[in-house]
Amino acid sequence: MSLLDARGLTRHFGGLKAVDGVDFDLAAGEIHALIGPNGAGKTTFVSLLSGRLPVQSGRITLAGEDITGLPAHARVRKGIAYTFQITSVFPGLSVFDNVALAVQGGRGSARDLSRAVEAALYRVGLETLRRETAGTLSYGHQRLLEVAMGLALQPRVLILDEPTQGLAAGEIGAFKALVRGLVPEVAVLLIEHNMEVVMDLAQRITVLNFGRVLASGTPDEVRANPAVQEAYLGA
Amino acid sequence: MKTWAAHLAVLALLLAAGFLLSPYHMTNLARILVLATFAMGYNLAFGYTGLLSLGHALFFAAGMYAAGLPIWHAGLAALPALGLGLAGGAFAALAVGVLALRTAGVSFMIVTLMFAQAGYLTLLYFNATTGGDEGFALPATGRRLFGADLSTDVPRFLAAWAIFAVTFLATLALVRSRFGRVMVALRENEDRARMLGINPFTTKLGVLTLSGAASGLAGAAYAILFGYAGASFATIQYSILPMLYVLLGGAGTVAGPLLGAILMFMLIEAATEVTSAWMFLVGAALVILVLFAPKGILGALRTRLRGLP
Repeated sequence: MSLLDARGLTRHFGGLKAVDGVDFDLAAGEIHALIGPNGAGKTTFVSLLSGRLPVQSGRITLAGEDITGLPAHARVRKGIAYTFQITSVFPGLSVFDNVALAVQGGRGSARDLSRAVEAALYRVGLETLRRETAGTLSYGHQRLLEVAMGLALQPRVLILDEPTQGLAAGEIGAFKALVRGLVPEVAVLLIEHNMEVVMDLAQRITVLNFGRVLASGTPDEVRANPAVQEAYLGA
Repeated sequence: MKTWAAHLAVLALLLAAGFLLSPYHMTNLARILVLATFAMGYNLAFGYTGLLSLGHALFFAAGMYAAGLPIWHAGLAALPALGLGLAGGAFAALAVGVLALRTAGVSFMIVTLMFAQAGYLTLLYFNATTGGDEGFALPATGRRLFGADLSTDVPRFLAAWAIFAVTFLATLALVRSRFGRVMVALRENEDRARMLGINPFTTKLGVLTLSGAASGLAGAAYAILFGYAGASFATIQYSILPMLYVLLGGAGTVAGPLLGAILMFMLIEAATEVTSAWMFLVGAALVILVLFAPKGILGALRTRLRGLP
């Protein structure tokens, strides 16, 4: 059964059909990649899923519950975490404080909070940098901090928007291992330009083009699809 | 622990200073402490949460009249009047916030400014009840606290110090709490904070209400300690002053509003001896601060000394 399900999602900006009747489902525990040429509507589509943009029509359900009308912060609390395409950690706060913000609610003692933060930092390998000011970290470390903040939300769905952009080649291998270690507790929706990362990680791939679903299936199926080849290689 | 010790030391120093100064300056210090309490309230909204309000005079005046009118008309005692002042400021801020927080940035400044102007005009319109422009002197019955006469120097100073101390320590506890961290997150990057599951509207409304409560408490204390309430306290000037104190001392620092209030008070005091155009000086100070020292004194210090709350 699908965990996150979208039917007929639509978002137009004036005459531009950024997202035009997209059906999509994310199964529990899978890594699902969303790819497509620049301007295909990928970021708009996940903005609709996360609630950063309101949908114009269509319906979104999370584990069967209709969340179409919920504001972004409420969806986060339901378990949809989004990490930003452009790294946007809180530069003036410490690494610890950044992650602590993501640990939900006022419940629990200071010790519980500290433990939850440590667990998320340990997961991405930043545990030794907890006292550093986030803005002074290297770009790669800031990306990892983004992921740690996402994990501290204890999400059911983690949306990673171009997570390997700007990472050095050596950092990408570690990042793939990190993402692979997140499933099956978390379902991952990965928006990614790096095809090697996509083919390596994803169990399923959905291809968007001009705001519509061009193809959806396993990496092999998508690779063999003539329409996909044309969209990427032709024109 | 070190932070708490440092802030307690500041309070002890203020208490000692009050008794070392002449009675005239003791009363000035009491006035500074009440205005600094107002500025601490302003700082919660502006310094910590990034809500640039131009309407805090409304919350100050709401506290002043919520305390002053029952004392004047119904002979209420000072202690419950202080409580009413706090509640009046909080309620005014809550009501304004529900509407004004639908806007942000420049629009928020304009909307809060308009609400404050409407409040000022309301005070003038109902001048039979409020005393209008002339205001009213508070009767002696409403200026007694725990048997002490607040129109005399020492009890007045002690009351101002106590009100300041409570607000000071409450602010410190608040900004070091989880909620304090959320406030800073909203100031730094609201969109990111929202994607961490933080509801921006309710959080800001909560902050503005607390900010209004502190402002209202200060307004009530000002009326009761100095014996006068008037519509001039609801003018734009009293929205600008706390902003100026906060900017000068350091926005988003616990002790900044105090430092700013002391320095600005001394500056205005010195200026009024040479010229009646002291408002010009206030304006010039504001421009210079924004241009050359946007972090204020403690803000600039903090970038060198990490961990200053």
